[in-house]
Amino acid sequence: MHVLVFVESNEGKVKKTSHEAVAYAAALGGSVTALAIGRVEGDELTALGKFGASKVLHADDDRLTQEVIQAYAHVIVQAIEQTGADVLVLANSSLGTPIAAQVAATIDASLATNVVALPDTTSGFSVKRGIYSGKAYCWVELTKPKKVIAIRKNAAEAAGEGGAAAVEAFKPQIRDEDFRIKVTGTEKASGEVLLPEAEIIVSGGRGMKGPEHWGILEELARELGAATGCSKPVSDMGWRPHHEHVGQTGVKVSPQLYIAVGISGAIQHLAGVNTSKYIVVINKDPDAPFFKAADYGIVGDAFEVLPRLTEAIKAAKG
Amino acid sequence: MKILVCISHVPDTTSRISFTDNNTKFDTKGVQFIIGPYDDYALARAIELKESTGATVTVLNVGLAETEPTIRKALAIGADDAIRVDAEPVDSFFVATQIAAQAKAETYDLILMGRESIDYNSGVVHALVGAMLNVPAVSPVMKLDLDGNTVKMVREIEGGQEQVEAQLPLIAGCQEPIAEWKIPNMRGIMSARTKPLKVVPHVAADGGVKLIRYELPPPKGAVKLISPDNVQELVHLLKTEAKVL
Repeated sequence: MHVLVFVESNEGKVKKTSHEAVAYAAALGGSVTALAIGRVEGDELTALGKFGASKVLHADDDRLTQEVIQAYAHVIVQAIEQTGADVLVLANSSLGTPIAAQVAATIDASLATNVVALPDTTSGFSVKRGIYSGKAYCWVELTKPKKVIAIRKNAAEAAGEGGAAAVEAFKPQIRDEDFRIKVTGTEKASGEVLLPEAEIIVSGGRGMKGPEHWGILEELARELGAATGCSKPVSDMGWRPHHEHVGQTGVKVSPQLYIAVGISGAIQHLAGVNTSKYIVVINKDPDAPFFKAADYGIVGDAFEVLPRLTEAIKAAKG
Repeated sequence: MKILVCISHVPDTTSRISFTDNNTKFDTKGVQFIIGPYDDYALARAIELKESTGATVTVLNVGLAETEPTIRKALAIGADDAIRVDAEPVDSFFVATQIAAQAKAETYDLILMGRESIDYNSGVVHALVGAMLNVPAVSPVMKLDLDGNTVKMVREIEGGQEQVEAQLPLIAGCQEPIAEWKIPNMRGIMSARTKPLKVVPHVAADGGVKLIRYELPPPKGAVKLISPDNVQELVHLLKTEAKVL
């Protein structure tokens, strides 16, 4: 089996979910080629060897500096043809998921997105997908010879003992028709931990009482190196930007630690966080349904507990 | 201008999910079905465009007869007519093939749908239809405006958003805040009963994805409560027990 992995980057650095995608590919047991598109730092690419890539193709063309889905999909299709890959693994993301669809339709592959675990290959090739917006899973068998798999965060552990991978320039054919969608501007929080990539998330709900109180939540997040999130009412009321909304109709997250402050825990919110490894709930209301989904809970006033917690973490760091 | 809005028929967001037949069938007992919440945003934006440009809006659903009340609701909200492709929507590739077949038979300028269905959550139907029809597809779209033949959109990306532009024809997967959900009024509900709802047979499609079984997440253990006066205890537990700090 030969596996191609499309690795995504942010500000020149390979994303963590893409490290996991390479580790996922390596766990399939074949040879692994990674493909990076656009501007990515060279040592970030050689470092992909650690996770199991034997070779890295780098398509660095001026026309590919912007993430244009159709153009990237066409580059990936050419890399699949060149390497003879049977399987494409990539991250389930705003870029990876539509690319997965384009590529699968072009090469006639079985397609599975939202994949949460390594495949079961005892008979056939089955993958586990998240369905019902985080409330359930299904195992599906991918029956076509070619397969495209988009993995969610934590589907594989980004670890490995490989060495440096050899990086080769990849010069794909680039067609004008792939640029029918023009990106005319990008606004992105820079230098912050991206919510879907974060290992720790501190999230606030209506219990925070207003956007002017977010400072104490952000201080805790800063101390923890965490990203900040929020509940749906908070983004609906415009207290926080929409891309921070965690839940069934927002971002689904899988951090190591999710700290929910002043969020009651409606079933729609829980659907977005229930793959978190540990959940801490801080809420004034002892009957908040979120406590039933939590590992640790504090019944108390967020405005008193948050600053104390920030201090305690500072103190524990020494 | 002709707009096609593809809607899914899915369990209400508050539904508890369970399975029967040895975890191979979804248990519909006590479950209320709705228009997919993201599809509802797409429909609301289509109705706004109908009001501002005089476009016609057709809704399409891939489903068995049980989905007709959901389709009628879309008609009550303001769609002009509807198509039901008579088949179980088994997977994304199957559904996309049906949409592409209908869109080939009758050309549409704009095909809108939700960014994903809240049952299967693949988030790829718009992109697959785009690949099948060779029409550009954009998702998830938070804002969509027409300027002649140019479509100006805001697309959500991790940690932010980007502005994108394309020419019609176009496919968009929608999400909030593209438009406010619309609630059908009495006149809409009355007129929906007589609006045309065409039932068409499905076309063959094999996406090479076969369901093996469903699985529910393991139940959580009891929560460990910590006194608000002793947050050091929480830090200690996160360090030594959970090992996440």
